[in-house]
Amino acid sequence: MEKVTQPKVYVRTCVALLALLALTWAIGYVDLGSFNLIVALAVAIAKAIVIALFFMHIKGSSRLLHLVAVAGVIWLLFLISLTLGDYFTRGWVPLNH
Amino acid sequence: MSTLTSPASEDAFVAQQFDNIEQQREAAKLGMWIFLATEVLFFGGLFLGYTVYRFTYGQVFVDTSRKLDVLLGGTNTAVLLVSSLLMAFAVRAAKLDQRRMLTWLLLGTALLGCVFMSIKGVEYHKDYVDHLVPGRHFEWHGPDPYNAELFFWIYFAMTGLHAIHVTVGIGVMLVLALLARLGKFSRGNHNTVEIAGLYWHFVDIVWVFLFPLLYLVGHR
Repeated sequence: MEKVTQPKVYVRTCVALLALLALTWAIGYVDLGSFNLIVALAVAIAKAIVIALFFMHIKGSSRLLHLVAVAGVIWLLFLISLTLGDYFTRGWVPLNH
Repeated sequence: MSTLTSPASEDAFVAQQFDNIEQQREAAKLGMWIFLATEVLFFGGLFLGYTVYRFTYGQVFVDTSRKLDVLLGGTNTAVLLVSSLLMAFAVRAAKLDQRRMLTWLLLGTALLGCVFMSIKGVEYHKDYVDHLVPGRHFEWHGPDPYNAELFFWIYFAMTGLHAIHVTVGIGVMLVLALLARLGKFSRGNHNTVEIAGLYWHFVDIVWVFLFPLLYLVGHR
């Protein structure tokens, strides 16, 4: 029999996720200028990490699975950062807002 | 091959290419995570397009985003998060060989998936009535209607692709619930439930990003 997680861990994970949802939602009504985007993204990333760690059992799984999970995200960052590098340095997008 | 005797232990489920049940489970999870990495890039292309256009047409994206119903979108986020909780419990029930519990939890996950799709359907209907669906009936009375339409193209492409994933997930959960009822996942044979769970949680994560990026572009 494989080891299982205590139910309270899952319940706490879900409560934390719902609290983070409430936070994003609330901040959506506050004018923070361009920080609205940064805070919203930070909360979304926090939620994704919590889901991956506890619901998807990245916490407690093998190094190999950690590697694959991180690799997917790193390639996404390559995709976005290299493309935006082009857009931002060639004057393809106005950066005045 | 001892196919005539009923499986006495978990090792009876080990396919011949694996040394033991742990290796088989690890291989299944590895395969699913690699698939999810390709899914990250699949959705990633849309997120990239979104990012470029949001920086290019910032104010239009703020105006158009306000047309979306944040109450329905936020409720849907909560629905998916709770469905993920049920899914996590389903995987736990499968590991503990609790057949009835597993069946009900899988059905509950599928049900919440259906609730999500219903709310999404209500939203799409509202968008249609409000002439926000891109195409001939699109109407925009603010500045820059062309790029306002672009936002809704992106909105429908991203939420649509996500909705397809949820629909697939609901189908998977229903099939798994049937198989669970038939006792296919008993005595340590819970690999299938576990990797289906990984898929469901991933779909949840995608929505966790879609909600703030589409519904909360500017403050309200």
